[in-house]
Amino acid sequence: MIQTKSLYKHYGQTAVVNDVSLQLPTGRLIAFIGSNGAGKSTLISLISRTLAKDEGQIMIDQQELEQWKSQKLATRLSILKQQNALSLRLTVRELTGFGRYPYSRGRLTPQDEVKIDQALAYLNLEALQDRYLDELSGGQRQMAYIAMLLAQDTDYVFLDEPLNNLDMKHSVQIMQVLRRMVSDLRKTVMVVIHDINFVSAYSDYMIALKDGQVVCQGETAEVITPRRLKAIFDLDIEVHEINGHPICVYYN
Amino acid sequence: MKKKLILILLLFVLGCISVSLGVKAFSWAGLLSGQPADRSVFWLSRLPRLISILITGAGLSISGLILQTITGNKFVSPAVAGTMDWCRLGILLAIILAGSQQTWLKLLLAFVVSLAGTLLFLTLLRQLSYQGTYMVPLIGLMLGLVVSSVTSLIAYRFDVAQNLQSWLQGSFSLIIEGRYELLYLGLPCLLLAYLYAARFTVAGMGEATAVNLGLNYKAATLAGLTLTALMTSAILVTVGSIAFVGLIIPNLVSIWHGDHIRHTMFETAALGSIFLLSCDLISRTLIYPHEIPISVTAGIIGAGVFLALILRRRRRVHGKRQTP
Repeated sequence: MIQTKSLYKHYGQTAVVNDVSLQLPTGRLIAFIGSNGAGKSTLISLISRTLAKDEGQIMIDQQELEQWKSQKLATRLSILKQQNALSLRLTVRELTGFGRYPYSRGRLTPQDEVKIDQALAYLNLEALQDRYLDELSGGQRQMAYIAMLLAQDTDYVFLDEPLNNLDMKHSVQIMQVLRRMVSDLRKTVMVVIHDINFVSAYSDYMIALKDGQVVCQGETAEVITPRRLKAIFDLDIEVHEINGHPICVYYN
Repeated sequence: MKKKLILILLLFVLGCISVSLGVKAFSWAGLLSGQPADRSVFWLSRLPRLISILITGAGLSISGLILQTITGNKFVSPAVAGTMDWCRLGILLAIILAGSQQTWLKLLLAFVVSLAGTLLFLTLLRQLSYQGTYMVPLIGLMLGLVVSSVTSLIAYRFDVAQNLQSWLQGSFSLIIEGRYELLYLGLPCLLLAYLYAARFTVAGMGEATAVNLGLNYKAATLAGLTLTALMTSAILVTVGSIAFVGLIIPNLVSIWHGDHIRHTMFETAALGSIFLLSCDLISRTLIYPHEIPISVTAGIIGAGVFLALILRRRRRVHGKRQTP
């Protein structure tokens, strides 16, 4: 279980994360939503220790974040940030293999190889496994990163805008994989997404941020209502039910 | 495995040629039958020369590999990052403090100053908001030039400029038994580099990814820089500076084998030694019985290879744009 208490992060005078106290439900697909600059990415960076907090407390499995050994924590919690072009030439399989780094420190065991095979199969990347990342499309590359995340095999998985710059097909594929990670592998997946309809179709739980504060959280179906979305985005959004999912229309 | 065998075979053949070549008469038959003249030529001069070329080639290319991986930039090497310029400043300080005979002091100061200098380079890079591909090496070169000028200035002031000149041009012509043993320091460094290889690769994936994988990013970076500074210092104090080896060899291997440096370290080290060994053979045969300093031959051939690499890179980028 992940909890935060009165969490703060400032950039200059602005509090990007402003007194956030949260308790993240486990075994669910949780979407963080909000406008640009609302503090979503900063918040998950703080929780995943890739950014230092200013004040407050982060508890991971009843233990404070600072008390965790980084290597040990890397077997419990993982994060995929928005990628700048990787400057290293690695094959898909090599990249996936680095997901096992917290377990074997770069000396892959037969057990690691099995995990790598499983991760590649899960994402249908077997045919591409010996290709170099710089020879792939953006969508294939993102799949490879998710394979690495899967090989890391942590209970808590964070993804920062994994659908950025992807076409519809890859976006759907990735959301399906995340969905299956929750339902089949019993992981807790926490993801920052901008496309509200992907959130509506795939997530279980939503946490909405505005100006560094949590303005609203709850089951997806409860949060996706015109009144609440107006409060979160300052935008008039119609909600229609299509195939059992609330679909938002905001193209005026 | 097959490629590794070819590299080893190539090293062996070139090594044998290197030992056979020279002004003093030498025969393998004489060495094997225990002729004192052949034996002394072999042990005093030919073997030390061969060993120093092997270690220097491997050390420079592995240093380049580590620096390129850590900075995530293919244009960085001990020469480009300024490490060599800082080394020279360290050597100069040692000469001023204790004269030119204190080899260990030279090594120590070269190491300390170059480690500090390369750290400064990395810190500067971190402060930079724009880190374009060409910006990183430019910063290194500029910093190196400034340090170089300061070194020259101090050298003239203390009247040791002549003395320092010998470290500007790398050469193996003075290597004999008793004057190269410092290079053996390179061997444990190479071994450590191999053991740390996976860490360097993870560090090269960027700080966020490295932290996510539980790597102590700062410690790994520092370890990489320490090894690089130590190997470069030992080479500079014993042989002098040789450009381009650390730049082109890791790039060549990267094209064939990628950047999982645990998988490419052997190839990089072996190819570095082969390159330098070939340059040395050319240096010694072109104007036989005289020889050209190896820094000149390695510089000319290395520059050619480097240009070819850049052109290849440009072609690839343009080729990619044309495909829809």
